[in-house]
Amino acid sequence: MKKILIIGATSAIAEATARRYAKKGSKLYLIARNGERLATLATDLKIRGASSVDTALLDVNERGSQGPVLEQATKTLGLIDVALIAHGTLGDQKGCEQDAEKALLEFETNAVSTLALLTRLATIFEKQHAGTIAVISSVAGDRGRPSNYVYGTAKAAITTFCEGLQARLFKSGVHVLIIKPGLVATPMTEGLSLPAMLVAEPDLVARDIVRAIEKRTDTLYTPWFWKYIMAIIIHIPTALFKKANL
Amino acid sequence: MNPLQSIHGWGRFPVIEAKGVAPLDMSGVKVAVQDHGVGGMIARGLGRSYGDSSLAKFVVETRYLNHILDFDSDTGMVTCNAGISLATLLEVFVPKGWFLPVTPGTKHITLGGAVASDVHGKNHHVSGCFCKYVECIELLTGPDNVLHCSRTSHPELFHASCGGMGLTGIILSVTLRLKPVSSAYIDQQTIKVSNLSEVLALFEANHAATYSVAWIDSLATGSALGRSLLMTGEHSSGNMLAGPDKHPITIPADMPSSLLNRFSIKLFNSLYYNRITKKEVKKRVHYEPFFYPLDGIQHWNRLYGKNGFTQYQFVISKEAGQEGMNRILKEIAASGKGSFLAVLKAFGKQNSNYLSFPLEGYTLALDFKIEEGLFPLLEHLDAMVLDYGGRIYLTKDVRMSEKTFRQSYPRWQEFQAIREQYGTIGIFSSYQSRRLGLDT
Ligand SMILES: Cc1cc2nc3c(=O)[nH]c(=O)nc-3n(C[C@H](O)[C@H](O)[C@H](O)COP(=O)(O)OP(=O)(O)OC[C@H]3O[C@@H](n4cnc5c(N)ncnc54)[C@H](O)[C@@H]3O)c2cc1C
Ligand SMILES: NC(=O)c1ccc[n+]([C@@H]2O[C@H](COP(=O)([O-])OP(=O)(O)OC[C@H]3O[C@@H](n4cnc5c(N)ncnc54)[C@H](OP(=O)(O)O)[C@@H]3O)[C@@H](O)[C@H]2O)c1
Repeated sequence: MKKILIIGATSAIAEATARRYAKKGSKLYLIARNGERLATLATDLKIRGASSVDTALLDVNERGSQGPVLEQATKTLGLIDVALIAHGTLGDQKGCEQDAEKALLEFETNAVSTLALLTRLATIFEKQHAGTIAVISSVAGDRGRPSNYVYGTAKAAITTFCEGLQARLFKSGVHVLIIKPGLVATPMTEGLSLPAMLVAEPDLVARDIVRAIEKRTDTLYTPWFWKYIMAIIIHIPTALFKKANL
Repeated sequence: MNPLQSIHGWGRFPVIEAKGVAPLDMSGVKVAVQDHGVGGMIARGLGRSYGDSSLAKFVVETRYLNHILDFDSDTGMVTCNAGISLATLLEVFVPKGWFLPVTPGTKHITLGGAVASDVHGKNHHVSGCFCKYVECIELLTGPDNVLHCSRTSHPELFHASCGGMGLTGIILSVTLRLKPVSSAYIDQQTIKVSNLSEVLALFEANHAATYSVAWIDSLATGSALGRSLLMTGEHSSGNMLAGPDKHPITIPADMPSSLLNRFSIKLFNSLYYNRITKKEVKKRVHYEPFFYPLDGIQHWNRLYGKNGFTQYQFVISKEAGQEGMNRILKEIAASGKGSFLAVLKAFGKQNSNYLSFPLEGYTLALDFKIEEGLFPLLEHLDAMVLDYGGRIYLTKDVRMSEKTFRQSYPRWQEFQAIREQYGTIGIFSSYQSRRLGLDT
């Protein structure tokens, strides 16, 4: 029976992943900021087969609370097999361009909070000498684009941070998975006009995540074709890229 | 709130521009209803109704309201948010030994949609409609009004909402009694039937079968009129609750609709019918191919091309039986506008929900691609259906007239009176409810 810790558990991608673990009878510890939805999700997962579901409330930007919440989680779970960090906001790029504070708040939610969580988790996992830390970054972090570079910068920070962690924790037998989803049909992308062919269902992304954790993959592009799309995008010469409206 | 998007039903006709919102929780639904735009709003599940039942200028999409809220493993009583799909219910509960008491021909519909259309399955003749197994619903009739409806609490609102096409408000959650099974498999029997009178007689003879349905070749004429494959099924015994995990194939884009012409349909129907060479074949099959043969092909509605299609499903009274079916089938065969798959089934007694479709008799469902001359043909069929004491299924309908509706759903005034009483007229309305004169 696996023990799974999820931060940002009410995210659609996290929820789909949790449901896959619940089906396998895992023991879950869910952390999110919306109590009503967290409680509903916990019940759902129990009925779906989770052997136990515990929850804790946390706004990840309240960094002082991160430590105590994680401490409680480790107390409940004991050895953690998987910790998944999933929270995030797409933010209002146009607004961020006009308002530095707004831009920094986005960075706070999408990067700083996660770097703090990762630092704490790294200590826990290093002592365990086992397990997987999985973090949802994004293809948006692979190259800055005018439509979402504030978000993209935060994701790039997470990716780079995790690359360092991968090498550091490898020595302790800890696996760090960087997850780079492309476009996923979730509340985050609700209402955006996206090319339907490229938008994946959260459950498909969840399936890939669970598989990559099992296979101890380092970086996961999901769905798989984003690996190739991004390989092209990062190789477009800057002179051209600036003119394209991406 | 989301920007304008193009939406349509399963038939992909009509396509309209609408604003949609997909709330994440109950408070989100209340907010959405509070800020609804002018023009009326309607709940929308997985959009598997064929016509304009789930279309409005403002739609409240239930896709994120998909949680299981309670389950009693002794009684099989389950409570879920209305946006959960039947597919999810099967995935979670079949391994635990529970099945849907009634299921339509696709599992990709929501629980809310199943209640709002009071759907029927291959067991209607013995088990009735879906809502018979619904214990209670939580119904939002306004931003500050959530009512617990059951046979004892707001009973008239409960009966209006079961089959009420979303016109009484938004169903938030549903408590449903599942049915115990010991296997995920069905013992299926297929009987090759050469004409209409034979198939109707066989429905009678197989009245005790739990499931029965006939696939009928709507283009066969003369003495072969009504030739079909009758399938019956029983839940298998033996502990086999797991099943194969198959991935559906997808129709990637619109197919040129010329692919579906009289010739190709004839060929298909003929191949389908002649697939079976013996008079009777018995087989044990997983519930998926038995109940959901079309779910194996995702987006099969694209086969009809970009103009879309409609499904014409009617029921006629038992007395009209053979004569009525005979005349209607002849008419369809003569029109040459036949359909890929026509499904024939015998219905049991009608229930007390105001707008539920089934009544004792025979029902036939056929797909027609949208083209010149189709609607006049269907108007003509409507008149015959009415003559035979029947009606058209609202969840498939996209063009029935107000007059036809009023004549064939005689309890529509009682239905309206309940909507009036709870203040949902004009608030919860769809393209269909306007067309049928239930809203303006
Ligand atoms: C391949 C196929 C086979 C089918 N076979 C059958 C069959 O055998 N028997 C049968 O009876 N039907 C059958 N149907 C029809 C289907 O079961 C119904 O149309 C069903 O209502 C679709 O559910 P949905 O979630 O997609 O709802 P939608 O299509 O989104 O909506 C249908 C209606 O339900 C209302 N509604 C949806 N959710 C709510 C809610 N939460 N609260 C209030 N109202 C709501 C909508 O307003 C609308 O009026 C079939 C459809 C397909 C595509
Ligand atoms: N959807 C995509 O196309 C896509 C693509 C690439 C990467 N991603 C990434 O995937 C992850 C999951 O997102 P999703 O698509 O599943 O979207 P989602 O359903 O909107 O999930 C985002 C989650 O983050 C939570 N959150 C935001 N700020 C928070 C805070 N300060 N404290 C605690 N929780 C907070 C939200 O909680 P509330 O519900 O309480 O607001 C929500 O549960 C994110 O990291 C996202 O950046 C998504």
